[in-house]
Amino acid sequence: MSANISDPSLLRGMTQRRFGRRDALRLSGLAGLGAALAACGVQGKGTPGASAAPDAVEKFWAGKAKTNKIDFANWPLYMDPKHPELKKFTAETGIEVNYQEVIQEMGPWFAKVQPQLAAGQSIGYDLMVITNSFQFSQFRDSGFLAPLDHSKLPNYTKNADPAYAKEAFDPGNVYSVPWASGMTGIAYDPDKVGRKLTKLADLWDPAFKGKVGMFSDTQELGNFGLLALGIDPAKSTSDDWQKAADHLKEQKKAGIVRKYYDQSYVDALGKGEVWITQAWSGDIFQKNLSENRNFEFFVPEEGGTIWTDNMTIPITAKAPVDAITLIDFFYRTDVAATLAEYINYVAPVPSAKEQIIKDAAKLSGADKTAMEAIANSKLVFPSAAEYAKLHYYVSFEAASEQQAFQKTFEPIVLG
Amino acid sequence: MSQTTLERPAPAAEPAHAARPKRRLGGGTLLFIYTWLVILWLIVPIFVMIAFSFNDTKGRYNQEWQGFTFKWYGKIFEIEDLTKALWTSLIIAVISSLLSGALGTGIGYALGRYRFRGSGTLNLIMFATISSPELIMGASLLSLFVSLALGLGAVTITIAHVMFSISFVATIVRARVVTLDRSIEEAAADLGASAWTTFWKVTFPIILPAVFSGVLLAFALSIDDFVVTNFTAGSVTTFPLWIWGSTRVGLPPQVNVMGTLIFAVGVLIAVITNIRSRSGKRG
Amino acid sequence: MDRVKRQLAPYFLVLPGGLWLLLFFAIPMIAMLSLSLQQGDIVNGYQFTFHWQNYTDAIDSYHTQLIRSLIYGAVATIFLIVLAFPVAYWIAFYGGKRKSTYLFLLLLPFFVSFVLRTISWRQILTDDGPVLKPLKEIGLLSDSYHILGTPAAVIGGLVYNFLPFMVLPIYVALERIDPRVVEAARDLYANPATAFRKVILPLALPGVFAGVLMSFVPVSSDYVNSEVLGSSSTTMIGQVIQAQYLVNSDYPTASALSFILMAVLLVGIFAYARALGTEDVMKVAAR
Repeated sequence: MSANISDPSLLRGMTQRRFGRRDALRLSGLAGLGAALAACGVQGKGTPGASAAPDAVEKFWAGKAKTNKIDFANWPLYMDPKHPELKKFTAETGIEVNYQEVIQEMGPWFAKVQPQLAAGQSIGYDLMVITNSFQFSQFRDSGFLAPLDHSKLPNYTKNADPAYAKEAFDPGNVYSVPWASGMTGIAYDPDKVGRKLTKLADLWDPAFKGKVGMFSDTQELGNFGLLALGIDPAKSTSDDWQKAADHLKEQKKAGIVRKYYDQSYVDALGKGEVWITQAWSGDIFQKNLSENRNFEFFVPEEGGTIWTDNMTIPITAKAPVDAITLIDFFYRTDVAATLAEYINYVAPVPSAKEQIIKDAAKLSGADKTAMEAIANSKLVFPSAAEYAKLHYYVSFEAASEQQAFQKTFEPIVLG
Repeated sequence: MSQTTLERPAPAAEPAHAARPKRRLGGGTLLFIYTWLVILWLIVPIFVMIAFSFNDTKGRYNQEWQGFTFKWYGKIFEIEDLTKALWTSLIIAVISSLLSGALGTGIGYALGRYRFRGSGTLNLIMFATISSPELIMGASLLSLFVSLALGLGAVTITIAHVMFSISFVATIVRARVVTLDRSIEEAAADLGASAWTTFWKVTFPIILPAVFSGVLLAFALSIDDFVVTNFTAGSVTTFPLWIWGSTRVGLPPQVNVMGTLIFAVGVLIAVITNIRSRSGKRG
Repeated sequence: MDRVKRQLAPYFLVLPGGLWLLLFFAIPMIAMLSLSLQQGDIVNGYQFTFHWQNYTDAIDSYHTQLIRSLIYGAVATIFLIVLAFPVAYWIAFYGGKRKSTYLFLLLLPFFVSFVLRTISWRQILTDDGPVLKPLKEIGLLSDSYHILGTPAAVIGGLVYNFLPFMVLPIYVALERIDPRVVEAARDLYANPATAFRKVILPLALPGVFAGVLMSFVPVSSDYVNSEVLGSSSTTMIGQVIQAQYLVNSDYPTASALSFILMAVLLVGIFAYARALGTEDVMKVAAR
């Protein structure tokens, strides 16, 4: 059964509307198609590994040709604004890349493209970077992601950290390969805060009333609520969620939280709207670098989370061949190294570290120190001690569970 | 509510002056200052927007004043996706204003000219589209589109914009048609012109200014619309949507430049049409 | 034959536009109603099950935001009247030849994108911005003082963005008043205050009503101002609906909330429309 579930063409067949007169009259939309999947009672459980892939892969990739133009949807602060890697790619392959920083949070992104993908339309992008949140499962289980043809990914096969192929959200990297991993921790403005912060509990400190930022993504928010109570998100139960939600509600009721942010938290920190905020590891480094600021980022003592952003090809992509070529390009050691040097997120290519050290050796003075700092940065290449503090996201066994989680934390964000 | 409206005094009589002798200077001055304070308050953010289009900011972000420059006007089209969003907005605005101009003129003319069954319902629907919250219109359209699995994009945005513009155009055109002197049309008919010829040669030129201002209003509504567009756009980005998206990471000065230019063009058009309509009235 | 043509003419003229309004205004409401009674999730689809619980759940979870929106709407509307009436009055009675120029100045913000002018306020009022920073530096305000994120900022933004919706209808009503009537009233009552109360105010009231109608609805369903200028404690119902549609893809909850909001607002609109007559409101709306 798991084989059926993960067969994208089957899923796509089921999720696509067969448009008939009766449907038009009923206008109840989307209905009906659920029955088949609901009968299985499973949502993307099981292993979408090799069993389903070969046929699906063949079907998807048959007859797909190079078009020399890619539209690439990514998050802000995820590449040097001058796009050196893409320029190199275009020079080598002749494929033009239209790079757009249009993704700022998973929920809105899924909601934005879902109607188009469900209608079998192109979303205007051939490649998109999505997080291993529950929207990842939603994309996958709706049959919106193209199965990747691993024979077109030689660099990935050679250079990728094997640990990633074991990640629960996409075992065997059937639909996705990592772009970068990162940590969710806390960032603060030391000038405003006036002391060194190390704890998650600092987000609940009434001294920072109206100056604390939290994430609006229910998973990011819920995770921190759980961690603050000493609960491991990955092992949490629905009772734990309620406790965490109550804890977060207290924080909100006390007027401590200024706002629940998406990617805009960086801007809010820069403008002094918040002094202390939930944050993604590499963003702060880049903000400091590009605007000459001295914000601090740390993984709290109580723990932080680790996540992976993944390159995926939407099923309706117009240029999948070009897209998979670009995906593999990012797995070249030299490319992975320059990318990590800039974005300061965890590179999925371990050999990039040596490359960065080598690059550093060629430099001198301040540049050299900066580069060495990156190679030894716990943000880019976390140590075992760092990893020990990091937790995975809450994992959901069924759609109903995920919905329950969302319903628990949503009213906090939308309050 | 009963019609308490009195006959309008003839405009030539300068009614305001007639009232003047009784005016109390103190109250008038106070109100004068009050009005100007309100106007100032309204203009402050526009001034800020224009000022920051000349800000010599170093990076991409435009937050603090760093000196005067014209350079962003030279680099106005440097951000490719912003330019593309502006074009998308312009194309949608042109198509939707022309379409709603045509459809709205039909309704407005019929409502002003004929008595027919169903005109009451039509009036009610038009009133509803003008007064319902944009949020609800956007939400219901999205509900329809997802229910039919039609997908979203430039086409659905245009459909939505035509929908909310029709009633405005129709209302403006109807107001003009109602005041139309029927004897001119009758004269044309007496001279042997067919109904069709009469309409195009006689009636249409008279209502054309109303159609034109309807189309202009539809264009303005379309190009500025954020709420309904946000619901019907899918992954397509219009100018207001691009601004909305990039506020989260900081607005580049190009947005201020474009905002300033749109403002300038809009004001210019308004002033020109105003002067023309005035001189038209005198002539 | 010709008579038949004449009789059918209005229908031909109305047909395309009317059909458009039917297809994309009336039918979507039905689609939304259907969606509001469905159950399921975005991946497996939603099914029509007469799930009225969506409504009770929506009210349970989000009545705070609904009530808050109505309160903000009411407060903003009051501020709008207070700001707009004197301005409209002055232009109508003292504007002289420059009336249209003053009206044009009041409309200037409309030549800047709604989103952009709201963001502009954020830039002005931001915590370390041009207004607050100097005051903080000289110690007049505490370091953590902020305007953004407070209800005042949100209501201020709403009043700013919808002022012309109030000024114009009031102006139209006042402008219709024959100054000779005012003069006569002053002669009769001698006291200008009484003349104002007994003559001008009643004549201006339809304009105020129309202004309230035209601003209260968009103000209380707005989500841009609260999103840009507000905080987690100023969330309005529009933001919730927006997020349920465009963040969580929870269409049933979103649709149910939309209907609840619409029901609340419709009751108000129709009460006003009855009092005023639809035609009248539309005339004002078309200005």
